[in-house]
Amino acid sequence: MTLHANEPAPAAAAAAGPPGLADGVAVSVTRLSKRYGDVEAVRGIDFEVPVGETFGFLGPNGAGKSTTIKILCTLARPTSGSAQVAGHDVVAERDAVRRNIGLVFQDTTLDSYLTAAQNLRFHAELYAVPKAAVEARMRQVLDMVGLWERRNSLVSTFSGGMQRRLEIARGLLHAPHVLFLDEPTVGLDPQTRSSIWEYINDLKRREDITIFLTTHYMDEAENCDRIAIIDHGQIVAIDTPEALKASVGKDRVQINTADDQQAMAELAEVFGIEAKIAEGAVTFAVSSGEQFVPQLFARLTVPIRSVSVSRPSLDDVFMSYTGSTIRDAEASATDSMRAMAAAWRRRR
Amino acid sequence: MATSTAEATTTAAELTEKIRVAVPERGLRQDIRAVGIVWRRELIRFRTDRLRAITSLIQPVLFLFVLGTGLSTLAGRGLPAGVNFKTFIYPGVLAMSVLFTAIFSAASIVWDREFGFLREMLVAPVSRAALVIGKCLGGATVATLQGIVMLALAGFAGVPYSLGLMATLICELLLLSFTLTAFGVMMAARIKQMQAFMALTQMLVMPLFFLSGALYPLSNLPAWLTVLTRIDPLTYIVAPMRTAVFSHLNIGPLAEHILAPGVTWWGWTVPVLFSLAIVAAMGFALLGVAIAEFRRTE
Repeated sequence: MTLHANEPAPAAAAAAGPPGLADGVAVSVTRLSKRYGDVEAVRGIDFEVPVGETFGFLGPNGAGKSTTIKILCTLARPTSGSAQVAGHDVVAERDAVRRNIGLVFQDTTLDSYLTAAQNLRFHAELYAVPKAAVEARMRQVLDMVGLWERRNSLVSTFSGGMQRRLEIARGLLHAPHVLFLDEPTVGLDPQTRSSIWEYINDLKRREDITIFLTTHYMDEAENCDRIAIIDHGQIVAIDTPEALKASVGKDRVQINTADDQQAMAELAEVFGIEAKIAEGAVTFAVSSGEQFVPQLFARLTVPIRSVSVSRPSLDDVFMSYTGSTIRDAEASATDSMRAMAAAWRRRR
Repeated sequence: MATSTAEATTTAAELTEKIRVAVPERGLRQDIRAVGIVWRRELIRFRTDRLRAITSLIQPVLFLFVLGTGLSTLAGRGLPAGVNFKTFIYPGVLAMSVLFTAIFSAASIVWDREFGFLREMLVAPVSRAALVIGKCLGGATVATLQGIVMLALAGFAGVPYSLGLMATLICELLLLSFTLTAFGVMMAARIKQMQAFMALTQMLVMPLFFLSGALYPLSNLPAWLTVLTRIDPLTYIVAPMRTAVFSHLNIGPLAEHILAPGVTWWGWTVPVLFSLAIVAAMGFALLGVAIAEFRRTE
């Protein structure tokens, strides 16, 4: 076997695992930026993903999620800054990175004229999975996504959800250290989306793998250990979903009363709270809502029929960090994506 | 279905213990495995796509039996006694049978790009050279298999089924198919739309065929056509194939010389091996360009 100068001591590295994984960091990004013509898709981002974490990139389309994931997967070169995946530099040690990552793209990359098993075997050969391990590993990953029974069916007979599951299985076939999922559930119906998440959560339990995913669905980001909110090519917040929601601070309290108008007046008078009617109930925001509820009963004269307290959602988080909802942000991002596409075409 | 319960129990056992898979570093052995699987995929797809195999036989069969029979009364007068016009055009038709298959095999790269599968190959930790070589060998194999079907029809064209002749023709078909696939792959690296690819190949394939001397002898042509036939790379494979066919017929050296004069450059007859070397050199050059192009694309 040939030894490459840029991959230090392969024998030692093989014994101790990749160098980056030894210190517990799966992905490390430093001042990374990417420019397409005049458009800065990614503007100097920094973050680290520890081994074993499920890390989500949350942001509207065109925020820079896909560009970042492309750089991390060695499919695009950064304009400046650096990134390491599984301890290898994404530019200098491209092949080493590729050996250690699994990829599931937004669009299918299966050969629909081959069977599921043939697709996997193709992948195993390309990634030089040791021959003795191929059959057992194929069985394992196909079982994991519930497609073992369908292994000899042509991929063209699979539904969208089945194809995505097969892609996940294929991404795992060579036992990568980091699995990249670019919008893993986009284009799937809600039921299939949740079943894909069952597989991903199951996978987290079974394999000690780091998962890096992008999404623009708030409810999916909840499944991540940590989330980075990305907007206009910059990370505006990065933390656990709970911490992010806590950072917004206020809980939402909704009450149904005998006289809503009077309740609102009393709230303003007694607590200095500005309430409004939303979804047919008196709605207002307070920091620790559960502790506030007893005071509410003690000090309001209006009879209260029901109370509900809800924690801030990631929608609220996104709103508070970026000043717009993810939907509004997507509408405006479409324009900048068009500019990016135009710049890309000019370059070529 | 009796086995399924047994299978289920082994599954549970397998899932609890982790199967360690260590992907080795990239080296020659890994690249050879990559060449192998890309090659095998071409064969699998060819085997499942019977329609393609049948449709690409239609044109050569039409040329050989319809055009060949129809023109034989007219063209037969120029031929020595005992030589059929079908025999004469047989080597050209053989070349034609691999022409389309080889180039369409390369066209699947354009499909793969459109349907995303190309990305699966391009992100793998293997050299681009391995992918391109695998593709070219796959296309060459598939096209040669197609050519072998036409070889089976040799008897109907008055060509003897001699072992030596068949072996020679198969080797020549393989060489031609490889060069054609390399050409197609090189184009597929640049052309991203299937329609554009098809239009361009159609535009190139028919002139290549007609200028190759597949349907007429290369001697005594007007100057302009002489020049064009000598430029056409296909000429350098059709002529050796025809030489092989006629050397296995007992028609005498004079008739053989008239019908299969070989390629001449200003009166000098290009030897068969040199002629084949030209085709091989072109094939490797095209392969080199194709590899370089795929290295550039991210």
